[in-house]
Amino acid sequence: MTNMDPKGLTRQPPKRLHAETQAVYPRAVDGRFRRLKWAVMTFCLAVYYITPWLRWHRGPYSPDQAVLIDLEHRRFYMFAIEIWPQEFYFVAGLLIMAGIGLFLVTSAVGRAWCGYACPQTVWTDLFQHVDRLIDGDRNAQMKLAKAPWGPAKIARRLGKWSIYLLISISTGGAWIFYFADAPTLAREFVTLQAPSIAYSTVFVLTVTTMWFGGFMREQVCIYMCPWPRIQSAMLDEKSLLVTYKDWRGEPRGKKSPTGAPLGDCIDCGLCAAVCPTGIDIREGPQIGCITCALCIDACDGVMAKTGRPRGLIDYVTLEDAAREINGQSATPHWKLIWHARTLIYLGIWSAIGAALLFALGTRQHISIAVSKDRNPPYMILSSGEIRNAYAVRWKNMEARPRKMQLVLDGPAGARMWSEDMAKDMAARDLTRIIPADTTSPLRIYVTAPAGTHEGKLSFTLRALDQDGGQVSYDTRFDAPEDEH
Amino acid sequence: MSAPENEKTGPRIDEPTGTSTMGHEWDGIEELNTPLPTWWLYTFYACIVFAIGYCVVYPAIPGIKEGSHGTFGWTSRGQLASEMDAAKAARAPVLAALDATPIADLPKNPELLAKAVAGGKAAFKVNCVPCHGSGAAGSIGYPNLNDDDWLWGGTLTDIQTTLEHGIRQPGDDATRTSMMPSFGRDGILKPADVQDVVSYVRQISGQEPGNASAQRGAALFAANCVACHGADGKGNRMFGAPNLTDKVWLYGGSRTALTETVTNAHAGVMPAWGNRLSPATIKMLAAYVHSLGGGEAFAAPAAAPAAETATSTGQ
Repeated sequence: MTNMDPKGLTRQPPKRLHAETQAVYPRAVDGRFRRLKWAVMTFCLAVYYITPWLRWHRGPYSPDQAVLIDLEHRRFYMFAIEIWPQEFYFVAGLLIMAGIGLFLVTSAVGRAWCGYACPQTVWTDLFQHVDRLIDGDRNAQMKLAKAPWGPAKIARRLGKWSIYLLISISTGGAWIFYFADAPTLAREFVTLQAPSIAYSTVFVLTVTTMWFGGFMREQVCIYMCPWPRIQSAMLDEKSLLVTYKDWRGEPRGKKSPTGAPLGDCIDCGLCAAVCPTGIDIREGPQIGCITCALCIDACDGVMAKTGRPRGLIDYVTLEDAAREINGQSATPHWKLIWHARTLIYLGIWSAIGAALLFALGTRQHISIAVSKDRNPPYMILSSGEIRNAYAVRWKNMEARPRKMQLVLDGPAGARMWSEDMAKDMAARDLTRIIPADTTSPLRIYVTAPAGTHEGKLSFTLRALDQDGGQVSYDTRFDAPEDEH
Repeated sequence: MSAPENEKTGPRIDEPTGTSTMGHEWDGIEELNTPLPTWWLYTFYACIVFAIGYCVVYPAIPGIKEGSHGTFGWTSRGQLASEMDAAKAARAPVLAALDATPIADLPKNPELLAKAVAGGKAAFKVNCVPCHGSGAAGSIGYPNLNDDDWLWGGTLTDIQTTLEHGIRQPGDDATRTSMMPSFGRDGILKPADVQDVVSYVRQISGQEPGNASAQRGAALFAANCVACHGADGKGNRMFGAPNLTDKVWLYGGSRTALTETVTNAHAGVMPAWGNRLSPATIKMLAAYVHSLGGGEAFAAPAAAPAAETATSTGQ
């Protein structure tokens, strides 16, 4: 194997298809965007962890958890709203609103979702703070990474990974509380009595959180997430982008060797050092930029120290960049939001929201389903009357028992009775109290006098309490064909 | 492409991939040395080990007369049996409750009643459908169980008795028995008399207006039929004598069908299911038949449904 090919073709390293991943050690930074990031992060984490523990009293028949996805009983509770499986369009509508909301935010303020609110960003940020807490800031982290393995490094790594694990477990752990009563499940979970799906869910989410937030980090944003690709197609000349103002900064440098005038950029590299995805913003817009604006904070700090105006790196639209190069003043940011794309998205988003609210306000909390007996389709009684049978399902979708009346509209002389009463009580209407949150099946018999022909028949279900509401179901009444 | 010196100096390194070849060549095609990943290989070995263990633990090796039995004696038949036992055990409490509840008390326990009806529906499909039809609508000679006309009574208890002892079952003392004479065949009535009786029956059932024939039939009816069918023809459940004034006919109400009935009589039979089905199954069947819409004698007419027994869907 040591003998070389005479042509000298051997031993060449294979051609690589991609660059080696460079570890990112972002440096700590302070500034207004960093503080905004802290606030958003705190808010998002608080919402995530606290929501399942909020209580919402719904009376004795329903769970009192404010937000609960009750898969077992197929209900979705969200504060005052209770969604049944057949009302899943509400959830679909919310998902569509979330999607269009993402478009709206992108058209208004660029990739703000990526930079501030995306869970990958929030958890990565959290893990990076853990890195700084245990290993120190950028330089110390780089030094430690290069250092050979020894007791000190092992201790630090184990300490850091334990904190990662703790964060990951509590991330996965919080998720399951959305699907069951949180206090009960928490107690069951620690006493090892929770259902196995709870443990496997926590396990999977712990592994993915640890892996994506602790180790993959910016690679998820750059290589795995489809959103940057979609988003780059959604940005236009009116979108706010984190931009290095090369017309102001270049030529960069600390000291000009020729004495020619230099731009404002002193080439300190701080903007690249603080970047959580490891890019250099001075190379222009790129897919790795999540517009978290930490480079703006870093650069503004340097500008302040060197006595130059802030904003060498700043949120700028392409349109404004052209104006600024020409020496005109920038458009105020609030005005940027006010353009056609944003307004159209806002219009669609609000229209869906309004439609959902309307549907929510006018939806019936009762429902009826009827299935007619077809075997046999009709029955002749000893008196010659014709009887049809129906399986009627009364549905009370509120968390309290409701008094309901079923009214028959069918052939003249038709009367109904149900399996739980005697035929001689037959009438045109029946009243029952339907328990809370219940579908109540009842077999209904309808008789019509001899000689009645087949025809339309409808049942109307009416709530007799103050909120009222009624729903109808059309079906048919079968009768023998005339033989004469 | 493979140069002879390569054979001396070992495998060639492939230029584009940087991987060495295996050193052999066929028709100018060489193979790159890309062995299986180690993890894959060890997974494969682990599978082999697992397979050997599996063959030992489970019956897997065929033999001349019978195969291997496995160390734990597992069989698919045994697994089925244990699953059937588990299903039987799961049903046991309901069956025990049914055994303990007199059938007349079933309506007092709506939950048990609902289970009985559901079980009866299944048992009906297995045992009763051949005669009474899948919808229990019966046919000529086989009673319709949906209607409100009962030869032997339509309360839960009556239906249970009918099911248990059958109709005209020899050897069962409690069986439902009655015998209508073959008035025509046995010469009790002349053919003309039979027609008169038929006219009368068609009159009282509202199918024909009264006429001279029916008037003659009335006298014949009073002399021959009232003992069982009653003076007004409304039948008698004691003897299973049908009500002749209503609109339901077991063997048909046309002139031809009635002539046939009066001439030759009918004596339909039903098996005594008490010999074949358990008492609980009979109760379930009775509850199901009773629930079809013709069941009689409600313990509490127009009883309010179980409204106050709210079923919480909460945790």
